[in-house]
Amino acid sequence: MPEGNRTDGTRTQGRDRDPGLQPERTRLAWRRTTLACAVAASLAGRQTLHGGADPAALVILALVVLAWLAFLVSAHRRIRAMNASRPPALSPRAAAAAVTCTLALALLGAATLR
Amino acid sequence: MASVVAEVRLWFAPERLRTEGDTPDYRFSLANERTFLAWLRTAMALVGGGFAVDQFLPETGRPLRLALALILLAGGAMCALRAINHWMRCERAMRRGEDLPVSRFPVVLAVAVGVVALLMVIVAAFGWGG
Repeated sequence: MPEGNRTDGTRTQGRDRDPGLQPERTRLAWRRTTLACAVAASLAGRQTLHGGADPAALVILALVVLAWLAFLVSAHRRIRAMNASRPPALSPRAAAAAVTCTLALALLGAATLR
Repeated sequence: MASVVAEVRLWFAPERLRTEGDTPDYRFSLANERTFLAWLRTAMALVGGGFAVDQFLPETGRPLRLALALILLAGGAMCALRAINHWMRCERAMRRGEDLPVSRFPVVLAVAVGVVALLMVIVAAFGWGG
């Protein structure tokens, strides 16, 4: 492992930083995607209440919120990993989790289309 | 079909991906990750658009509104699945030192979005089905 490769989550300064700010840009990409997820989740939540707040709709709404929270947590974990000067590659499991949240929002909302 | 199953299994078995080839420069992996996130955002925009059609075009006839919403939702789901599949294939190609995979998906998506947009303009202009 080269010198300056910190994986303990502390911010690295000076010569350690990536010359192209790649971790910074990747962190911002996660933030933008979290924002997009929040918008999609709001619309999915609104969709579930579109036909009235019956028990089934409330259950689906709870699942929508859960999917959004799951995305928030996986994004946050990845954003924290970006603090290293040479962040480890994204794990397929984390990528699958993010995709699963997106699919869940689509399916849950679609179940309440009228 | 067997290759699709093998790829899906690879999503949940990161160790298997790491055994192939050499670890690429972390900057290339991060660039691949950003591309994956850009596709995921596109997927979320399509999913959100699907709900928006259903909620904000109440004047449109039900069959047409439902069809547009379902096309957008299905498009979003496909985009999300394609995002992870493409990311995985790029990561593997980088590890093996192969060419990056080529794909018709962006073109198909662009044409599909164009057709849906045109349909919506027609719906909005003529109050079709309303």
